[in-house]
Order: sequence, then structure tokens, then C-alpha cells
Amino acid sequence: MVMIERVVTGPLVPGNDMTDDSAMKYVPTIGLEVHVQLRTASKMFCACSTEFGAEPNTHVCPVCLGYPGAMPVMNGRAIELTVRTGLMIGSEISGFSKFDRKSYFYPDMPKNYQISQYDKPLCLGGEVEADDEGRLVRVRIHRIHLEEDVAKNMHFQSASGIDFNRAGTPLMEIVTEPDMHSAADAYAFLQALKQIVAYAGVSDCNLEEGNIRCDVNVSVCPESQSELGTKAEIKNMNTFKGVYSAVGYEIERQIAVLEGGGRVVQETRRWDPDREVTSSMRTKEDEHDYRYFPEPDLMPVVLDPLQVNSWKESLPEAPRARRERMVDAYGIPDYDAGVLAAERSVADFFEAAAKASNNPKAVSNWIMTEMLRLLSEANVSIEAIPVTPKALAGLVALVDAGRINSNTAKDVFAELFEQGGDPEVIVKEKGLLQVSDTDAIEAFADQAISENPQSVDDYRGGKKAALQFLVGQVMRLSRGKANPQMVAKLLAEKM
Amino acid sequence: MAVAIENLTVTDALEKLNAGIFTSVELTQAVIDAIREKDPDLCAYLSVDTDQALARAAEADQERASGGQGRLLGVPLAVKDVLNVKGQPCTCASRLLRGYTSPYDATAIARLRAEGAVFLGRTNMDEFAMGSTTENSAFKQTRNPAALDYVPGGSSGGSAAAVAGGEALAALGTDTGGSIRQPASFCGCVGLKPTYGRISRYGLTAFASSLDQIGSMTRSVRDAALLLEVMSGHDRMDSTSVDVSVPAYSEKLRDDLQGVRLGLPKEYFIEGMDPAVEQAVRAAVARCRDLGAEVVDVSLPHTDYAIATYYIIATAEASANLARFDGVRYGTRAEGATDPIDMYGKTRAAGFGDEVKRRIILGTYVLSSGYYDAYYLSAQKMRTLIRADFEKAFEECDALLTPVAPTPAYRIGEKATDPLQMYLGDVFTVTANLAGICGISVPCGATSDGLPVGLQILGPAFGEESILGVGHAFEQSLHGDD
Repeated sequence: MVMIERVVTGPLVPGNDMTDDSAMKYVPTIGLEVHVQLRTASKMFCACSTEFGAEPNTHVCPVCLGYPGAMPVMNGRAIELTVRTGLMIGSEISGFSKFDRKSYFYPDMPKNYQISQYDKPLCLGGEVEADDEGRLVRVRIHRIHLEEDVAKNMHFQSASGIDFNRAGTPLMEIVTEPDMHSAADAYAFLQALKQIVAYAGVSDCNLEEGNIRCDVNVSVCPESQSELGTKAEIKNMNTFKGVYSAVGYEIERQIAVLEGGGRVVQETRRWDPDREVTSSMRTKEDEHDYRYFPEPDLMPVVLDPLQVNSWKESLPEAPRARRERMVDAYGIPDYDAGVLAAERSVADFFEAAAKASNNPKAVSNWIMTEMLRLLSEANVSIEAIPVTPKALAGLVALVDAGRINSNTAKDVFAELFEQGGDPEVIVKEKGLLQVSDTDAIEAFADQAISENPQSVDDYRGGKKAALQFLVGQVMRLSRGKANPQMVAKLLAEKM
Repeated sequence: MAVAIENLTVTDALEKLNAGIFTSVELTQAVIDAIREKDPDLCAYLSVDTDQALARAAEADQERASGGQGRLLGVPLAVKDVLNVKGQPCTCASRLLRGYTSPYDATAIARLRAEGAVFLGRTNMDEFAMGSTTENSAFKQTRNPAALDYVPGGSSGGSAAAVAGGEALAALGTDTGGSIRQPASFCGCVGLKPTYGRISRYGLTAFASSLDQIGSMTRSVRDAALLLEVMSGHDRMDSTSVDVSVPAYSEKLRDDLQGVRLGLPKEYFIEGMDPAVEQAVRAAVARCRDLGAEVVDVSLPHTDYAIATYYIIATAEASANLARFDGVRYGTRAEGATDPIDMYGKTRAAGFGDEVKRRIILGTYVLSSGYYDAYYLSAQKMRTLIRADFEKAFEECDALLTPVAPTPAYRIGEKATDPLQMYLGDVFTVTANLAGICGISVPCGATSDGLPVGLQILGPAFGEESILGVGHAFEQSLHGDD
């Protein structure tokens, strides 16, 4: 458990003495409700597409618009994806589960009730292990349930509109136990959860498109107190960075309230990402009475244990387990393994390339530096580029054999990244093989010496840096193909 | 030729259409003429889609000429204004849905359409099917064809009055707590409420989702069987529709009751029942015995709790089902609102009638935090006991014979100010909805004032063949007396 000193920022409690050694310590407690949009072709209860970014109100039908007489029909794929998530994190899968109506009035709710799950969710329990710069963060999962998303309100100058394209999209809600105690814990948990969900193929995890949104419960209590403090809920955050900042702010705000002799009010707050503050939305007295009752239009979900078992058997390795295995199997550092295992497709690529190579560490270096940089610059996924794991392994072999130098290798990699192909062939066709032929290099060295008498004098006069300049000249003359170590040796001998 | 439709059944009409005695256009026109003549008095219809119906009828005539085989080819039907028919209004007799045009066909409608049915008009009802007299319609007061000062029953009062009053050969209704059987009894036609899950509810504007069921008002049990076999069967769009095979009901009707055991639940013959009703029902029981049935006494011990149970579950579900009527996407939106919540309040205050508001408030209350266990949960437990009562009774008999309602039709306005009194009139019908079983109301006589009385035949879940068989044998024996 992390203890937070009375951290006070200026505007909150002006004039507080930050050096007071007798300061009371506070324990923050954080729980999350994470909504993950599932990767299904159609909506939760109708056949409309879940495509993002379409013209408003083009993916709608009587069901997702809540027209009179329309009825929901369960999307079996959404059930499967939710159960797969539960299986990934060790939840108990409910043999009997059901849907309920959650009633409240809001313009983005077509039926003015949301079909959700109240007391019989699909998954119960489970645990996520996260990593905060080498520190293990363990978060128990309370439950996972399935529900439908609402529409999107849009506000114009003199009117408001509603886009129902998103209404009825399947959302999986993952509720944690209050096991986190800092903004860093919450951030690490969200990263780990995102990795797991992406590994399982459950969601596209596209934060820009609002695929993952969360509500955050924060409370603080004095270290000496055993029961939790009064919590505030911060609603609908859609970036992990936002969660980090909001949790940090809220912890400090609540501590300042207690320090000032006040009481934390149980309420719902909103996060303002521009001003980086939370502000009150409504207090407990204004909370909705959701009047949950079983959805009479749907049958309960009774899962066949054989089916659940077959899903379990087809699960991918979890990202954390994979990271540990890759350290053992390929002898790469834990840090490298963490970066590579963060995304399933990257880890797949690494493992395929590492298996085809004698030098997994070099393969890892290529992926972690050049490849991830180029992917991020081009904003594409590793599956979308033409370079193959075998080609990367081949490139590493060419460098290791001294047949090309590292600068050339970067050019070849760039070529592979754009066009694909076999590095051996590219190198041969473009005549990029490193020149290790002494006669050829000697000719370039002689030319460089005769063209740069000043540098030669400098070198002879003790300026060792002049050698590097002359090496550069030889490399230029050889159009980058000369073996630089050999060039330096030859030049030194000649001078 | 002028077609006489006063007593024409769907089965007769199909025979005559097939024999070329009249065309669908002639038949449809005859129904339109009857509506023009009678509806100013009966007020059974909310709207009539004349041009579309005649166009469909002409198409049906062409199809028949080129060998079309639709089981209802060219037959005009009336539809309760709660069922969605693409391109037609579906107001649910509510101001809130005035001007609403349905964008899709209910599954039951689509199945009838596929067999060639013509959808002629929309019948009046209690607003959102809440009521027992059709007095809760926002638009007009349907009258009982047997006595114009009397209610036709409800909530499918328009459908019953149209069929019994010579303005439709057959009509669709819906039954949540007796809304088909009771008006059929009050007006003197056959009203069938099938088993829950027999006919898809997709496209039925929901009142109480776990109780609602689509059914028919017809002039014969055979017609009820025919419409049932067309509309029944599993539907992907309604998860609560059941995948049970659909027998050819109209071919399995019987003319006697040899070997049939019929139960008389003692809780359905109670003090305070109208003597004329009791007499007519007892005579019907005797007639069934004469037809060969063995009649046994049975008990449904939890009947006393049925009304309370029903009004908790039905209103709870209604409070959520009717939440969508907010003026945002369709329907009549109130003017002058300052924000969305204010708009909901104004729209719903102006759009809903008193009975609908009463039930939404009741339903909201019974689901509220702190009251859920005492009301909704207790009601669900009681529902299980009521269902078990029926399961036990059906171990001893094939079907039950009961009155449909404790009284015949009463005068318009007589109970309008006393909702509780009106709720108590549903005592014999709500149980079938709570138990999810099937029931039919078949005319069995009349009071001395000429008000019709119906016999209710209740059967086990998916026991339609059994109640249609009993109903048909009984009905045929009455015709034999004519």
C-alpha cells in the first residue's frame, strides 16, 4: 500500500506548511468501472452496423431507435467476447446470467431504459496484474457485465441533435475492487487491462473513438482509520492520461477538504481536461433510482460449459505471461520483453523473427527502435506493412556477417518497410554489399588523403578527430559501402 | 355484386372468393360500405386505409386469377391500433402518437400479409391497451353493437365491436389481462388469446411484455384456428417466441367431446357474480357434458391474489415500456419546454390520459428502491404459484370452463370513475396471462336484455388444439339449435 504524504498544492490550501513533519498521512483508495466497446460487426440487440464515423443516424433501425413494438435480440458474439475477457483474467463464468432494465430519462437513451445486467452478470471475480515501472500492481476484479451503449448528443448554436449510430453498441463493463491507491496504480491497471482486452481480440481499444471509457471512484482516509472514506465518482473519462490526472487531483482535493476540517461529500463529479480540475455534477440526494427489473423481452443466458471450455482452450497467452516467457526463451531483457509483449501482433512478429535468427536481441533492437518508430510515424499496424519476420531475421544476419554496415542496414530496413522483399536480394541488386576489399578501399583512402592535406596535417599534429573526418570522406567516396572499421585502420596506417 | 357481410366468416369468404362468387375488391368494398354506414354509431375504427386496401384487394384478385394460393388471399382484416402495419398509423389510441406512421410490419402482420390478407383499418382501444371498456381511448367511445349505450369491453373494444357489429369479418386484438376475451364476451364474438410465445410480439407496442399476446376476434372458432395457424411460430425477432411446431389447427377441430375431461375451477364461480352470466355459463357446461365431456371440479387456490399480482407486474413493466414516449424521436412533442427533462414532463403530461398516468405511477412505485421486494418480487413469487395452480389442474383435465367476466357489458360511464371496481372485473382473465396459458371466449348466450355472455375455455401452454376443439364442438352444437 502506498502512503501519500499530505501533498498540498498552493491553490488548494494556501499557506500550509509543507515541511511539517507531524503531518497526518492519508490512504487514497481507487476503484474503476471500465466500459469497453466490443469488436462486433453488429449492435448488441439489432443487426445495425457498429462502424465508427458514419453519417449521423445512418446505422439505425426500429430496435436501436426504440420504436414502438421493436424488441431486442441478443448478439451472441458479444456474450462470447465478454466471457473470453473473463476467462483471460480468471473470472468465474456464470452458468446462468440475465439482463435487466435500468431506467432513467435522458435524450441519448432511445427507450429511456438501458438494457444492462444487474444482479446476474456474465463474469464474477478475477484479477489483473499490472506493472508500474517494475512495481507489481495487483487489482482484483469484482464483476464484468454486458450492456448497450447510448446515443451521442450533439450541440449546435441554436439546437441540439442526437446521433443514434452508437446507440445499442455492445459495451462490456469491468468493475474493479477498490484495490488501487494512487494515480499510478490506476494508470498501470488501465494499461494492463487494455493489453489483455486487445490480446483477446475483444475490442479495437481505440481510445480516440471512445472504445474505452471509465468512471473512477476515489476516496481518502487517514492512515489511522480502518474504514474507507466517503467516495466521489468521476464520470466518463476517455483517456488514461485523464484518469491519471483526475485521480491525482481528486486525492489532493479530498485531503485538502479533510485538512481544512471539512467532510467529503458523496457525489458525482466531472473532469474538465482543459482546466485539469473536477467539479460537482450531482450529489447523492439527486442520484437516480434506476428501478432495475429483469428484462422481460430477453431470455436468461444459460451458457453451455462445453462451449465455455472451448473458448477457454482457444484463449491467447496473456501479455504478462508472454513477457516472462520471452525473457526466458530469447534471453532478452525484461524491459524489451515488456515493450514487445505490449501488443500481440508485435510480439508475434518478434517471436517469428527471433526464431528465424541467431540473434534475438538484435531482432528486438530493430523492432523496438526502427520498426516501432516507423510504424508510429506512418500510423499503421504491424500487420499492415510488407516486411516479414523472415526478412528482418535476414537483415540481422547480413549485419552480423559483416556483409553490410549498420547505416546501410537502416536504408535496407526502410526499403523493406515500404516495399517488402528479401534483404539479400535488395542488397545485391543495389550493390550495397559492404566493401571489405583492401585494394578498393586503399584507392578511396589515397584519394581522400590527397584531397584533404589540411586534415592529414591536423591528424599528424595530434588532432585525432581529423581521422573521423577522413573516414567520412572515404565513406562518401564509396557511397557508404566501405567497412568503416577497415577504413579507419587503413587511413591510420597510411598517415 | 353486393356482398352480404353481416354474418360472413373468413372461411366462408375464402370459399366464395375461390369459387368466383365475389372478388376481393367487391368484398373489401362491402366492408368499407358497412363501416361508412355503421361506424358513426359504433365508433369501432380509428382510421380506414381505403385506397391502399382496395389496391391490395385488386392485386389479390389478380393473384387468385393466376393461381395464387395464399391462405388468406384477398381477405380484409381489421387491426387493433397497437400493432404496427407499415405505412399505417399506430396511435395506440393515445394523443401522444397522433400523426405517427409505422415504419415496419409486426411479424404477425407480415405473416398474414404473406398469405394475402388485406389490412383495411385500425380499430379503437383503451389507450396503450390499458382498460376494460375502451373508454380510455383518447379519440372516441366505441359502443357495444348489442346495445349502443353499453361499453364494448376492452381494451380491444374496437376490434370486438367491428367483428360483432358487422364492420369486419375478423380483427386482430391483443390480450394482456383479458383484452381479447372480455370484449369478445361483451360483444358476442369469438376471442382467442394464444399461449405466451405462440405468436411473435415483434411489432406489438408493448404494454406489459411478459403478459402481452396477439390474438384474434372472429365470428367462428374455425376462423380463430385459421388465423392462429398463419400467425404462429418462432420468430428470430422475438426471443420470447417459442420454437414449438404449429399444428394445422383448422383441420383438427372436433364436433363432439367424447373422452374430453373438462375442469370447473370452484374459485371462478363466486358470490356476487351476475346471475345471468352464471346461468349462461352453467348451461354451457351442461351442454359440454351432453356432447360427451366428463366434467370434474378442480381448484386454483391462488386465484384471490391474481388481481394484485397482475396489477403490480403489468404496471411495473408498463412504466419502463412507456418511457420511450418522450417526444424526442416520434409522436407529439409539447411546445414551450425549457430543457429536455421539462420537455418530457410537458409531452407526457399532455400526451397520456389519466389511466395511463395512473399505471405508470403505480409501476414506478412498485419498482422503486425500498419497495421492490415488497411488491414486484412478491408478485413474481405469487405468479409462480398461480402458474403451478394451473399445471396441477391440467393434470386432472384437458381444459377448464369458466365465465369470462363476472358481469355482462355495463353502461358507458358506469365504472369509469372507479378504477378499482373495473380492475376487479378482470379477475377471471388475468390468470391466463400470469400463467402464460391459452384461453378462448366463445359466445354462450345472452342476458334478458340481450347482452352477450361468453364462455371461457382455458387450456395448458400450447394447448390451443384442445381449447379450439372444445370451443368448436360447443359452437357447432349451438348452431344446431338455430
